[in-house]
This record gives sequence, structure tokens and C-alpha cells, in this order.
Amino acid sequence: MKLHEYEAKKIFLDEKIPVPKGKLAFKPEEVKDFAEELGKPVIVKSQVLVAGRGKAGGIRGADSPGEALEVARQLLSSRLKGFRVEKLLVEEKVDIERELYLSLIIDRSGRKHVFLASGEGGVDIEELAAKSPEKIFRLHVNPFLGVRDFEARKLVKAIGMRGYMSQLVHVIKSFYRVSLKYDCELVESNPLALTTDGRIVAVDARMIIDDNSLFRQLKFKRRIEEERGELTELEAQAIKEGFSYVDLEGSIGVIANGAGLTMASMDLVAFYGGKPANFLDIGGGASSERVKKAVELQLINPRVVGVLINIMAGITRCDEVARGLIEAMKETGIEKPTVIRMVGTREKEGRKILEEAGISYLETMEEAAEKIVKLVGGM
Amino acid sequence: MAILIDEETKVVVQGITGREGDFHTGLMLQYGTKIMAGVTPGKGGLKVHGVPVYDSIDEALEVNPEINASIIFVPARFASDAVYEAIESNLSPIVLITEHIPILDSIRFINYARLKGLKIVGPNCPGVISPGRCKLGVMPSRVFKRGEVGVVSRSGTLTYEIADSITKAGLGQSTCIGIGGDPVTGLDFIEVVNMFLEDEETKAIVIIGEIGGDMEERLASYLKRHGIEKPMAAYIAGKTAPPGKRMGHAGAIISMGLGGAESKVNALRDAGVEVAQIPSQIPRLLEKQIEK
Repeated sequence: MKLHEYEAKKIFLDEKIPVPKGKLAFKPEEVKDFAEELGKPVIVKSQVLVAGRGKAGGIRGADSPGEALEVARQLLSSRLKGFRVEKLLVEEKVDIERELYLSLIIDRSGRKHVFLASGEGGVDIEELAAKSPEKIFRLHVNPFLGVRDFEARKLVKAIGMRGYMSQLVHVIKSFYRVSLKYDCELVESNPLALTTDGRIVAVDARMIIDDNSLFRQLKFKRRIEEERGELTELEAQAIKEGFSYVDLEGSIGVIANGAGLTMASMDLVAFYGGKPANFLDIGGGASSERVKKAVELQLINPRVVGVLINIMAGITRCDEVARGLIEAMKETGIEKPTVIRMVGTREKEGRKILEEAGISYLETMEEAAEKIVKLVGGM
Repeated sequence: MAILIDEETKVVVQGITGREGDFHTGLMLQYGTKIMAGVTPGKGGLKVHGVPVYDSIDEALEVNPEINASIIFVPARFASDAVYEAIESNLSPIVLITEHIPILDSIRFINYARLKGLKIVGPNCPGVISPGRCKLGVMPSRVFKRGEVGVVSRSGTLTYEIADSITKAGLGQSTCIGIGGDPVTGLDFIEVVNMFLEDEETKAIVIIGEIGGDMEERLASYLKRHGIEKPMAAYIAGKTAPPGKRMGHAGAIISMGLGGAESKVNALRDAGVEVAQIPSQIPRLLEKQIEK
């Protein structure tokens, strides 16, 4: 779960990581008032959960309260990558001497946290990693000991910032503390700025909370219920129903059981020249009711021209799948080319139900993918 | 031989009285897995499918000191504690079926187990099966047959799919391991492939990877350095997955420009591993190398 910049900065502030003076605003007048109160140029930042807000025009500067009002009006009536801008973070404009990069992520293969730091921040870190990997320095964290000062000092020196040692060691250690306290997959500041008056300030802040920790991160659990962010309407609806679901660009809806099998089914659709419209994993042991919901989500989706259902039944039962499919077709009354492949537990019973309803099925996922592409035509 | 589990594996089921634990204990017993005891705190004294239930592993070990492995069905928020209990009893492997364990917890107990030289399979995995000998997991047994192909995978049902095709091709499996779909897992591809290389019974190896992380690339660079000693074939799922979206598994996400399928396929091919375009090609790719 991604946090908004203002949420991350509130946590930074609580943890004594310096951030610019700022305020969350919902109305243009609030932005103007804060700019007046500060009495200096401000930055107005759209609080939308999408990446690349700056490039998309969602972050703008304003030299006067009047300009801030105008900028806020424009931003609040705009959409950023499809999402309506409803909140703004208005902040003092910081005079930056140098931009740094600092993030704390999880090194999957090392099975521990790793800091990534660079003396050249402010840029797209993926680009920097591709172009000049030697400019990114790493510090792995021992999960039993945490970040030790001497390690943090080495990292600070590596990025050429030894003149600001104590401030940066404090930020590094605070990042790790935040990460443990809030179950973070990511804590990042880009840029982390050195100001012209010699202070280290997190000009940007990003945090991603581990979804699996929401049972103990109750504050975020409530927030995610209110605002999912970054999800299309269908994604939000499907996830509410308890499915793993991702919208794609194509026309063939894909339902399977298990993440790997669903991905493989999508890939097969593409292999035979079609384009998957989505990824819908019904998970293990789905009841006919759940299968029905899954099929309905496909049938009501106007972009879905045809549906591929691929079930390798272990704890899932083919008869439940067959019943769910038929009920969904009946209840929606929508007919779309649908190809089903199902094998495994209760295969015979499931096939019988399909035969009685006049629905044909196939033996292998390859045949099924090929057939649905043929029926839909490589759209 | 097989790896990780065989006829000598004596099992405690942690979380045996829960819905999943109960159900799969029945299926594992049917398969012939030697389940000696179950543990659910507070439920000691019960029996599940004839298996005695204890309040703790210590109590189970007092009665059955030969217990050497665990399978865990405990819900996510209590799973860490169950893992530590298994670690402190030096059980290995510890097969952790549970999904949705916070990654900070996984990092801790996985590092702790590794420090003690114990193997955790999972979390968020289907488990391990050495066909005909022992099943420590939730996979449907009928798709497996004793044979000579070692299978290691990050997925569940896709593994059954490919195991099925290997069985139908008349090859069978020595051991099949689902290492789990989380970003951080107890075992990785390099470790399992090495176990298969050392196992005399395993004559060929199948790797089933997916998007996210760089486990496949790491295996490829390892194989490039060490050479390919046994026939190998791989399949990578998620070629059509968009960046930034989690594809069902917590670990299946292309992020910061890393973890795409293409890079994995290319790295494995570059190391000399046969990579299937579609899952059903796997048996043929193996046969081609075995015939040589």
C-alpha cells in the first residue's frame, strides 16, 4: 500500500526526519492562506497515488499567494494520469544546494533490508541505476543488529557527504526505525536535499506499507478501506470480492486458479496472437458462488470480448467451477465466446454439468488459449 | 534418494486443528506421509484423523523424539511464532504453507533458521513432494509419479500443470518443491538446484520461475560460472504482465525496472538452459537433452 507524500512526511516529522514546512489543503483558498502565512515562494504538490507526478505537471511552484491560488485552482480541477486531484500539499520552497538520493528497500535475494544512496539525487533512480550504477551505493542491514553507526558513516562518506555526517547518519538510522515501526517495503526520499544553509531536508518522501502487515498497522488499514488509489474501478471491485485482479489492455478475459497458472494463461493468449484483457486469479478452493462472481466481472466488462477459463483443480473442484460459470451466464444474460479448460478434482462431475448445459471444454490449456484467440480474432 | 523429504521424514503438523491443517493432514496420511503428531496450542489431547494433538512441539517430541520435520498451516498473524517453535526444536525442513505473512517477520525467521542451518520451504508455498515416498504439502498427488526429474518452482497450480505433463511423458519426479510466491523465501533456486545436482536419483531439473526479483537471473549467472551438469529446462510465467502491478503473488511484481520475464528468459538461455515458450514444451525439452 502506497502512502501519499503528505502521509509519509507526517511520519518523517514524527520521527524527527526534517521535511519542509507544509500543509495539506483541499481548497485553493487554503493554499493561498498558507502561502501568505509563510511569506515566501511555495511548491504546490498534487497528492495522487501515481508515480511521476512532476513530469505529469502535478507539481508546480508559485512565487506569490495570488499565483499559489491560481495554481491550486488549476491542479484541483485537473486529473493526473486519470486520477482526480482532490488534495494538495503546499510547502515552503526549499533553497537546494545539492540533491541526494536515499531509499531503504528489501533485498529479496539477500533476505534483508538494503539502503540505496547516491550523491546525485533528484533524477529518476532507475535511469541512474541503468546509466551510472557506480554512483549508487548500498548498505545491507543485519536483521538482528540493525543499522550500526559505523556502517551509516561509511555510506555517507561514499556519497561524498562527510561534511554532513551527523545529520545524515540520523536520517539513515531513522529510515530503518520507520521501516520496522510501520512495516515498510519502501522508505525513500528523492531528493533528500542539502539546503543552501547546510541543512538536510527530505524534500520528497515516499513510503510503501506491506499489505500483509495491515492487521497490525490499523491506521493504514482504515485508510486503505477509504482510498485504494492507483486501482481502476474494476480492479477495486474485484479486489473487494477477494480476487487477485489486474486490468490489462487486451480483449480476452483470463480466469484461472493460482497466480502462476493465471500468468501462464495470459502468456498463452499472447503466444497464440491474442491480447489478455486482465488477470483474474480465483485462488484455491473457490466455491461456485465465487466462480460466478469472477465470470460476471468478465461478462460485464465491455472491453472483454471473450473469456478463457483455465482450471487445474487441486483443492478447487471442477463441479463448483462449472456451476458458477453457468449461473453467471444465466444471471447476466450476456453471451460472449467462452472457452473452458478444466482438469483435476471432480473433473467428471464438472464436465457432466457443462455437457448438460451445452458448453464444450478442452483438455489442455494450450488448446483452450488457441481456441479463444481464434474465436475472438487476434484483437 | 530424493531431496529434503523421503521415507525417513517424520512430521509434526502445526495448526492441525484448523480447516486447512485438518483437511490436508488427511490427504497427506492417505499419501503415506508419516505424521506423528499435531500441534495447536490449547487443543492438546484431541485427535485429528487419529493423529494425537499436543499443546507444543516439546510435548510432541517427548512422546515422539523421532519427529524431524514440520508443516505449518497456522494463520499469518500467528505463523511466525509457530516457525520459531519449529526452529528451536531443530526441525528441518519446516514447510510453511501460510500466505500473507508480513515480510519483516519472514526476514527475521528465515535468517534465524539459516543461522541454525535449518531449511524453511515457503512461506506462501504448496510444499514439497517426493512422489511415492512423502508429501509435505497441499498439492494434488495424482499428477505426480516417482521418477528422475527434480522440479523447483515459485508457483503452485502451474507446478501441478507442468508436473502433470512430465508424468504424462513417462518421466516422473524425484522431488518437486514449491519455494513460495513471496518476495523473500527460505530457499532459492540456486540452493535447490544444487541439492538436485548432488542427488543421484535426479537426472534432470525443471525450473519454473515468474516475474519479480532476480532469482532466475542469479541462478543463470551461477550456472554460467559452474556449467550445466544435468539436463535442465525452464519456464517463466508473466511475459504479458505490466510493470508495477502485483500478479497475485506478493513477489510477482516488476518494480524499478527489474523483474521482467524477458530478462529472466534471456539470462537463462544465455547460461545454456533450455527455456520453454509454453509450459507443455517442458517434457520435450528434457527428452531432447536426455536422449543425447
